[in-house]
Amino acid sequence: MKNFRSQTGSVINEKEVIKFSFDSKIYFGYRGDTLSSALLANGVHLIGRSFKYHRPRGILSSGSEEPNAIVTFDRGEGKITPNVRATTLEIFEGLQVFSQNSYPNLKFDIGAFNNIFSMFFPAGFYNKTFMWPKSFWDKVYEPFIRNLAGLGPAPVNEDPDNYASSYGHCETLIIGSGPAGIAAALTASQKEGRVILVDEQPEIGGSLLSSSNKKIDNMSADQWLSGARSNLEKSNNVKIMTRTTAIGYWHDNFVALSERLTDHMSEVPEGKVREQLHRIRAKRVILAQGAIERPLVFNGNDKPGVMLSNAAQTYLNKYGVRVGDNISIFTSHDSAYETAFELCDAKVGVSVIIDLRKEIDADLLAKAQSRGIVVHLNSSISKTYGKLRINSFEVFEPALNKKFKVKCDALIMSGGWTPSLHLWSHSKGTIKWNKDLSAYIPDKAHENVCCIGSCNGNFGIAKALNEGNSVFENSKKYIVKEQSFGTGVVSSNIPSYVSKEKQKAFVDFQNDVTEKDISLAVQEGFKSIEHVKRYTTNGMATDQGKTSNLNALEIASREVGSSIEKVGLTTFRPPYTPTTFGTFVGYRDKELFDPVRKTPIDAWAESNSAIYEPVGLWRRARFFPKDDENMDQAVARECKSTRDSLGIFDASTLGKIEVVGPDATKFMNLMYCTSWTSLKVGNCRYGLMLGEDGYIYDDGVVARIAEDRYHVTTTTGGAPRVFRHMEDYLQTEFNDLNVWLTSTTEQWAVIALNGPHARDILEPLVEGIDLSADFFPHMSVRLGSICGIPTRLFRVSFTGELGFEINVPSHYGLALWEILMAEGSKYKITPYGTEAMHVLRAEKGFIIVGQDTDGTVTPHDAGMAWAVAKKKKDFVGMRSLKRKDLVSGMRKQLVGLLTEDPLTVLAEGSQVVLDPKQPKPMKMIGHVTSSYWSESLGKSIAMAVIEDGFNRMGEDVYIPMPTGTIQAKVCKSVFYDPEGKRIHV
Amino acid sequence: MLLIHCPYCKEKRPEIEFAYAGEAHIVRPDAIAQSEMTDEEWSKFMFIRNNFRGEHAERWWHNAGCNMFFNAIRNTKTDKFVMTYKMGENRPTKTQIEAAKK
Repeated sequence: MKNFRSQTGSVINEKEVIKFSFDSKIYFGYRGDTLSSALLANGVHLIGRSFKYHRPRGILSSGSEEPNAIVTFDRGEGKITPNVRATTLEIFEGLQVFSQNSYPNLKFDIGAFNNIFSMFFPAGFYNKTFMWPKSFWDKVYEPFIRNLAGLGPAPVNEDPDNYASSYGHCETLIIGSGPAGIAAALTASQKEGRVILVDEQPEIGGSLLSSSNKKIDNMSADQWLSGARSNLEKSNNVKIMTRTTAIGYWHDNFVALSERLTDHMSEVPEGKVREQLHRIRAKRVILAQGAIERPLVFNGNDKPGVMLSNAAQTYLNKYGVRVGDNISIFTSHDSAYETAFELCDAKVGVSVIIDLRKEIDADLLAKAQSRGIVVHLNSSISKTYGKLRINSFEVFEPALNKKFKVKCDALIMSGGWTPSLHLWSHSKGTIKWNKDLSAYIPDKAHENVCCIGSCNGNFGIAKALNEGNSVFENSKKYIVKEQSFGTGVVSSNIPSYVSKEKQKAFVDFQNDVTEKDISLAVQEGFKSIEHVKRYTTNGMATDQGKTSNLNALEIASREVGSSIEKVGLTTFRPPYTPTTFGTFVGYRDKELFDPVRKTPIDAWAESNSAIYEPVGLWRRARFFPKDDENMDQAVARECKSTRDSLGIFDASTLGKIEVVGPDATKFMNLMYCTSWTSLKVGNCRYGLMLGEDGYIYDDGVVARIAEDRYHVTTTTGGAPRVFRHMEDYLQTEFNDLNVWLTSTTEQWAVIALNGPHARDILEPLVEGIDLSADFFPHMSVRLGSICGIPTRLFRVSFTGELGFEINVPSHYGLALWEILMAEGSKYKITPYGTEAMHVLRAEKGFIIVGQDTDGTVTPHDAGMAWAVAKKKKDFVGMRSLKRKDLVSGMRKQLVGLLTEDPLTVLAEGSQVVLDPKQPKPMKMIGHVTSSYWSESLGKSIAMAVIEDGFNRMGEDVYIPMPTGTIQAKVCKSVFYDPEGKRIHV
Repeated sequence: MLLIHCPYCKEKRPEIEFAYAGEAHIVRPDAIAQSEMTDEEWSKFMFIRNNFRGEHAERWWHNAGCNMFFNAIRNTKTDKFVMTYKMGENRPTKTQIEAAKK
């Protein structure tokens, strides 16, 4: 195999030979190589197949902007990363990578038929093709599109790696460690304040690593760089972070850095963190991100072997690799000449330079001629040849209408430079168009941030270094010996005799978007650049259009017939480069991903085969199946045992708020539509809370513990918002009241005992409380102790049976539960879950806020007009209850439903109609809110909100379902023990 | 992520500690005023908001901090907080807002 390594690169250690494989074939490279430099050194240009047309693709660039050379990086089970840029992947001993989008292999790929039929795949192809018939959407089109979508394969196994995250703070954050960033860091290191210098590459230096021919302060660039590096390393206020990408920039100088810690290692220490997210808050941010070279958009510009001029220069100087032996150059910018001369001086064959411009600097021309390079001015390239790699191209001289063929093994191009504005734009800094540079450059800063060097449009090492200095008012001037950066033109319309229709001139290499696609989009009426982007998908691949956006913009503005500034630029969005999910997840993985909120009694439920359901943030036991019971069987048993003897229920998740203070009653009267003035100490009352809009907001039993103290309960899911609601009014509207609110949800474990034997089990355990019905009636509260544990004992019932809710400090909850379970065995105590709780309360017609109400239900609609105090002067929601629409009109009201066939259980949420024979769409008069099988009643029961429901008692309504229409009768919503005898025993 | 100055804690804290709480300086009418309001006037108080583009007076809640509600002037175009002030203090004048920007 031919070796293309011709000199020692600035980052290459030739003493360390590294073996790696690409598509299972073994290659060798050196320590310091990236995958792309190592493959180029082996003469390999063909890296993958393109996304849409499966065209052979090579290496375009040498950095993170790479659109073409993307591979699948395989680190073993569960550790497959697709779409990794070969240009940034460091090789190590045993590295395994695979090409993408090729089957059966890279050189012969079946998918390439798309290329032959490419005329059928224009912009908007998917939108136009996968439309009709509708029946094809999910069965035919979606699988087809899913199969095509995406580049590399997604990993199928769980990611076994560890990820970390941390916060950091500094006075100066410098992003990019090229000449500008290093000069800024050197000056900052002399001053007060912490400095962080960030670079995505394995070592600092940026373009200085490929500038071996240049001199800074009479030193070679390499020497100067190593001096600067050691000075920075010695400064104790400077932290250098390499292999670290600044992925996004948010308000108030908050920058996210993604640090890659292990992907370059052949042997990763066990448990070592793979990637770490650093959230940095900086006083000042200095962006020195450099610039990205622009490709030229010409017919056949995507062949392997066609690459950016700057990339060829970097491979030569940084890695000691020549990208070919017979190189030609196509350019519209002076900077490509420097590459040509450096290649020539390194004894690499450079034959011709094709320059789009009519004239160039005489000095450049002379330098080219002295090296024997033929320069064709006012010329362009009309065709390229070669199947898997370029072998020749056709030059077209429009002025003479002349064309001729030139042989080559690599063609390097330069269409000018695009300053990297990504992070600047994330920070909401504005940009302006600079005509001389044909580029957008930073304009007004929105944060304490500045851009320096080529990302600010100041190209060349001298300008970068001196601007880096000047941001800290350092007047030192670096003296740099370099070729002038020069000028160029941007040409969005490369002359060719081949008609545009027949050209394959790629703009976005990764998404296979051509010049023609962008023209077509504009012709079809997409004038906004944001629409052109979405219709053509230009700039929407994993490289986010780093090399393509400006070219697309030039072409779109040419087609629209408007200036670039008017067409505008698409929005830059984080992350700057593709970032793993792991980086964002950090430590919040597995059980920490979404922490489970458990009650103090959860451990008992877990060891007693509870089936759980999520309620709010809690997990609650839904039912406790015995043997091989299903849910319906278990719930029926739990309900029956509770009504017949004794049920026990973990109600700890109930929201609890302690309302305390001399004005507590006044405050409660304002917050609830219920009246509290007459509630005596030791008594409980059902409280209904409204929003200011008059609709039911929450409900719960409230106990008056003392004259100035209320124990308020809320719904499980409503606890946080009720607390917020109360705090809001207390602080902002009723702030003259002397009241304190404390959320005590977590402080109390609550065990509900329900059933005829509820008193019997408590009697021997409770001290200091007379449990008899006369002294402790339904809806009252007593303080005392149970098994020696201080308790607030409520006599309340959400089941319609004799009921108690025992509140004890949380950490006693489990112990008390276990005592009650043991004591209760003589009453066949049965633990029940939330499902049985729902059935038991529905049998009694008790509502659940958020299930039987939906934010448009007034107390009257819910049949609870009795809960609204008539004499109060003011309460939240009072005025709204008088709004015309809330008192009159056809309102939906909460009623009961009994199905014609008592065995049929309605589906919750199903719609109710009056006439099932009416034509579709039917007029729906309401919907079923709650529906269960009632074991106690031996029939199904349901609640529904139905238009004018209170006036429809006894009427038949219909519930049309896919399997047939169900008939039901409207009734009152209390199904069980309507006189309430059982609750008062 | 924004840094928000809590006027009660008297320091800048990260945005995740706070929750937005709607437009500021909308005073709930007292019981007498309420009874005198037409449905239309009441619905304006209830539902109609400024949706202002620019320097907007709004309420914030330091829910993961001191639990206090306070007011802020924030530019809805740029998201930047110009100033924050305690509940009950008057809406800042233009001069005060300009001074806070400096």
